[in-house]
Amino acid sequence: MTPRRRQRMVLIAMIFSGVAVSAGLALKAFQGNLLFFFSPTQVEAGEAPDSRNFRLGGMVVPGSITRETGSMTVNFVVTDYAHSIPVQYTGVLPDLFGEGQGVVVRGQLSEASNFFAEEVLAKHDENYMPPEVAEALAQSEKAREP
Amino acid sequence: MTPELGQLSLILALCLATVQAILPLLGAAQGRADLMALARPAAVGQFVFVTAAFLILVQAFLVNDFSVLYVATNSNSALPAAYKVAAVWSAHEGSLLLWIAILSGWTFAVAAGSRHLPDVFASRVLGVLGIVSMGVMLFTLLTSNPFERLQPAAFEGNDLNPLLQDPALVMHPPILYAGYVGLAVPFGFAVAALLSAQLSQEWARWTRPWTVGAWVFLTIGIALGSWWAYYELGWGGWWFWDPVENASFMPWLAATALIHSLAVTERRGIFKSWTILLAITAFSLSLLGTFLVRSGILISVHAFASDPARGLFILVLLSVISGGALILYAMRAHRMDQDGGFQPLSRESFLLLNNILLIFAAGLILIGTLYPLFVDALGMGKLSVGPPYFNLVFLLPTLPLVFLMGVGMHSFWKTMPKSVLVNRLKIPIILALLFGVGLPLVVFGRATILTLVGCVAGMWVVVTAMLEPAQRLIRGEGSISKIRRSQWGMMVAHFGVGIFILGVTVTSSYSIETDQARAPGDSWELAGYQFVFRSTRDVMGPNYQAVEGEFEVRKGGRLLTVLTPQKRVYRVQQSPMTEAAIQSGLRQDIFIALGDSLGGGAWSLRVQYKPLIRFIWLGALIMAFGGILAISDTRYYRRQKQDQSQSPHDIDASVEKIV
Repeated sequence: MTPRRRQRMVLIAMIFSGVAVSAGLALKAFQGNLLFFFSPTQVEAGEAPDSRNFRLGGMVVPGSITRETGSMTVNFVVTDYAHSIPVQYTGVLPDLFGEGQGVVVRGQLSEASNFFAEEVLAKHDENYMPPEVAEALAQSEKAREP
Repeated sequence: MTPELGQLSLILALCLATVQAILPLLGAAQGRADLMALARPAAVGQFVFVTAAFLILVQAFLVNDFSVLYVATNSNSALPAAYKVAAVWSAHEGSLLLWIAILSGWTFAVAAGSRHLPDVFASRVLGVLGIVSMGVMLFTLLTSNPFERLQPAAFEGNDLNPLLQDPALVMHPPILYAGYVGLAVPFGFAVAALLSAQLSQEWARWTRPWTVGAWVFLTIGIALGSWWAYYELGWGGWWFWDPVENASFMPWLAATALIHSLAVTERRGIFKSWTILLAITAFSLSLLGTFLVRSGILISVHAFASDPARGLFILVLLSVISGGALILYAMRAHRMDQDGGFQPLSRESFLLLNNILLIFAAGLILIGTLYPLFVDALGMGKLSVGPPYFNLVFLLPTLPLVFLMGVGMHSFWKTMPKSVLVNRLKIPIILALLFGVGLPLVVFGRATILTLVGCVAGMWVVVTAMLEPAQRLIRGEGSISKIRRSQWGMMVAHFGVGIFILGVTVTSSYSIETDQARAPGDSWELAGYQFVFRSTRDVMGPNYQAVEGEFEVRKGGRLLTVLTPQKRVYRVQQSPMTEAAIQSGLRQDIFIALGDSLGGGAWSLRVQYKPLIRFIWLGALIMAFGGILAISDTRYYRRQKQDQSQSPHDIDASVEKIV
């Protein structure tokens, strides 16, 4: 092997090991950051993880939004018309959050199977339904038909 | 009657695109000058008819022709005129027409600006662009006709989505598309080179200005989108790793890699097949982006319509165009490469690493973007990949990339003596460490390791980018006027990268973001600023009504500004909209947005302090300006032969690097 070849081999080896190490790190980050989506029915059925963030989607039940005057904490109920999950969130809500609207919340289940949301996503068109929510609703509708 | 004329224009343009796609390619294959001569007139004709169609749609918006379905769905007579024009590209059908209009604009530019190229080559480039144009026009006419009538005509329009009623959004789509679609030009050049099975160094010189041009638009477009998201949508965030953002960012990464790879191909005649592959990849990622955004399969704020037929059509288009190019590549590419030979420590090595790292970043982002779609398609559940993944996989390759950038800029072609390199970079290393560690600690008094690394990296790029002109000025090592435009372009663009890194690092390290519940009369302090919530009042806009809050911002008792964020409700769509108020400065932004009424006069507020956030967009604009400087270099427009008088080995070559 000529010295020049060897140098080149070293360069290539360095690139490869660098790529391998970062690919490993990326894979780890990838697995750690997968956020699964569940409907209230799936949560009721115990499919959602206990101590890990996931996303919950459905419709905000009309009349379920409550807050104490002056408080930033808001409570509401998300439903797929088969099952409902109470959600609590503290912070500024997105513009299109509202009763009877589709919503996706990201957060964790508490022990009392309340959902603590870190983030509330509502999409920016009043007719627009997040595709996941639309599908979850369709699923639960199908399940309720005899 | 007029909308039908628009549709007719589009059909005529399709016919001309078909001529442009088939005959010049045939002519080039058979060596028939008469067929090749058709390329330019067809391209010009196509441009004329597409422009006519586009203007007719604009006109339909301006005169409130609600008998056109697309106008009725996306406009309203109360909409200000500028937004009526912007509404043209606010939804699916119009964006496609914009896509076509911009492609025909680029095609026209190639037709006009390719007279110095060999006829066979120019015909092939225009032919390939014709194929792309044909595909997208067919798609538009068959699945997404913007001129479709509504019967009976609507009395009033449904209005433009309030989020899109914004000056930045008037500009964002056309500029972004100009970048996206502009990558069709290097794609055309690459396929033309494959068709002729030869690739000269001149080919790289012809391709470079077009690639940089598209890249400039893409850079500005992405920056505008990020800026818009910051003040209009994101509640103060500037990048969300939203799939649609990724869809524009991946072509940008590929285009950036392509620019650097083209530099090697032009100067040294190597990396040829790799350059071709990058050109194909960059445009394929653009098409993929179009597919992701326009098929509605994405769960994203940008995804409006969803129509499986449309998605399928784009997917077929994507596989025909990219797949065809890749098959051609597989058949022809091996004939092109030649071994130029370079040492491990040389400009070539650094540019090779640059390419590997950029493509690595793009690949990991692609995985994170597409994986949820695959899982969903396989029926294995619905999931998304969180921003921390993207932050990490972007940081991993970019950190080494940034440090190599400064070294690469100052390396010679072929081989770089280690001692010379170390000698050159001694001072920049010291300066970068000094300022990168010193400034955050002095200004903010605290810093994490990652913050320091980011600041050193930013400073390093800034300093190494300025090294050449600084040395010439200070030490009198040659006149500063001898630096070529393209070199200036490279240095300015890299300087912009440094500014961008500093902005990102400082903003993400030292921003203060709070959600608070406050009532009029309250006062509080944040980041050394005193805030007073004076009052709220109702205001009326042209097509909305709003609640406006009034906030004093003081520093050290002195009144800095009064901020008036609004909560708007647009009359037609009845959708609420948060209009944040921002006191912006080069050093920091102060951001207040009204959240929700909490009862008893209290409001939830988002109050933020964002240091150096302007550096993020400023850096991007400087990068784009560097690109413009590089394009303006006369060497791209000189006739052949002249450029060869200057060999890569002469004295100036030591400073003539990435350009």
